[in-house]
Amino acid sequence: MAVSRFCPPRKSCHDWIGPPDKHSNLQPVHFYIPENESPLEQKLRELRQETQERNQQFWANQNLTFLKEKEEFIDSRLKAKGLELRAESGQKATLNAEEMADFYKEFLSKNFRKHMYCNRDWYKRNLAITFFMGKVALERIWNKLRLKQKKTSN
Amino acid sequence: MNIIAKRSASWVGGCVWYLERRALQESPRRFLHLLRNVNQQWVTFQHFNFLRHMYVTQLNRSFNQQIKPKPEPVPSPFLEKASLDEAKTEIYKMRPLSPASLSLSRKPNEKESIELEPTPVIEGSIAVGTETKEEKQWKEMKLRVDDLPGILARLSKIKLTALVVSTTSAGFALAPAPFDWPCFLLTFVGTGLASCAANSINQFFEVPFDSNMNRTKNRPLVRGQISPLLAVSFAACCAVPGVALLTWGVNPLTGALGLFNIFLYTCCYTPLKRISIANTWVGAVVGAIPPLMGWTAATGSLDAGAFLLGGILYSWQFPHFNALSWGLREDYSRGGYCMMSVTHPDLCRRVALRHCLALVAMSAAAPALDVTTWTFPVIALPINLYISYLGFRFYRDADRKSSRKLFFCSLWHLPLFLLLMLTCKRPAAQGDAGGPQS
Repeated sequence: MAVSRFCPPRKSCHDWIGPPDKHSNLQPVHFYIPENESPLEQKLRELRQETQERNQQFWANQNLTFLKEKEEFIDSRLKAKGLELRAESGQKATLNAEEMADFYKEFLSKNFRKHMYCNRDWYKRNLAITFFMGKVALERIWNKLRLKQKKTSN
Repeated sequence: MNIIAKRSASWVGGCVWYLERRALQESPRRFLHLLRNVNQQWVTFQHFNFLRHMYVTQLNRSFNQQIKPKPEPVPSPFLEKASLDEAKTEIYKMRPLSPASLSLSRKPNEKESIELEPTPVIEGSIAVGTETKEEKQWKEMKLRVDDLPGILARLSKIKLTALVVSTTSAGFALAPAPFDWPCFLLTFVGTGLASCAANSINQFFEVPFDSNMNRTKNRPLVRGQISPLLAVSFAACCAVPGVALLTWGVNPLTGALGLFNIFLYTCCYTPLKRISIANTWVGAVVGAIPPLMGWTAATGSLDAGAFLLGGILYSWQFPHFNALSWGLREDYSRGGYCMMSVTHPDLCRRVALRHCLALVAMSAAAPALDVTTWTFPVIALPINLYISYLGFRFYRDADRKSSRKLFFCSLWHLPLFLLLMLTCKRPAAQGDAGGPQS
């Protein structure tokens, strides 16, 4: 995964989200690390970071493999037909959707198992992240209330 | 020796500090003036990089989905801004330097002190020139209250919700009971809230998959406009009052159907989309339940008429969805969605045709079940025959053109069909029990 050279402005205390990655189509998030980050917040951030990296890796690989195998399929079909790979105008010859249907079917069934694993993993992580987000939100509210109480008692 | 080293170190540190202070205190223009001498040699290089980046972006667009890069009208303002951005990054790069990190001997210090200013700027210019365009596309993940209604509307798929609520209203209106406005409004709002909740959870589950499909890549969770926690909270805040409203404001049967439908859509249909083609049949049931809910809200019970209406919506889903999915086969294949159009194309078209014909049959059953008069199947015949014809063309031709025709026909066929049903509604007989039950 290409490490983004993005650096958020100093005064920002939020996460930043970037444009879709050109291979995975996923939008990377640059996580903000507060100075007084609690262990729970750190755990959440690390989980989100790890999930982001796994997703990035999976989808970048998936999309690149798709494009590669699609090209190979088109080439082999065109060769079988005895057609040129490029028309006279220099445009790349393509197959229509009906001819591509065999490829789509084959690609889907080949990757079925991979998707099953990825789905299970994603659902677990997504739920865990949301659960921890809830815990962190409660922790912050609790800390704010405690601070207020201290101030009023002082 | 040590004193000289310390003095050099502090001089270098002072230089760095001075540049920082100037950058922060002075206006951007004056700072640009400071860097201009260095930048001028890099103007053409940056321009080349910018053009190269644009070319690569355009090339990649045909293969990958990308946010369309905004065309830069004039190169020079861009370069000026690029210089400013560079300047900012230079400050960040130079900041970590401390006198302690510098070596103690004199000569290397002199070299470093000379190279210190230009080197970071030069390297920075090359590296940053191409990425400032990307940098501009980074957005702060800060929720603005003004944006919230729009974001929540898209999260809850408000247009689809509107369609669902209108089928519920049709069910309510077609039920053999006097039209009760308070009950209707409660059903309307309750079903709407339940639909919002279900749609939000669906989007919550599908973020990485939605990113990879053109149709869904602009959804709020994909773009980070809302956090998953907020999305789930919103769903809960819709589901609880929605189901409560249906259960206690209308009747428990309607509430139970609403809750069941949320569960069916979020926990059965959504995960099933990536496991088996059976998802389409489950999805058709999800679409059939809202008119059922409208009927039970008005009459308090599920009878033959309710099931007929449900059956009509169930059958309608097939020509609608199968035709739509025909044009999305590439996205489904790449994204890992198990759809008939990809795995069983013949079945896909056969099922679409079959259900077009089922719609014809059900129009004839409507008067038999006392839902409508016998006028209805007669006046509905032209549109039913037309959609069946398009279904047949799709079955035979199996191409994008016929699939699009069938899909667009399904969009106007349903509302017209329901409207005709309403106009031909069987008038209530004397002594009919029907009425809203709480």
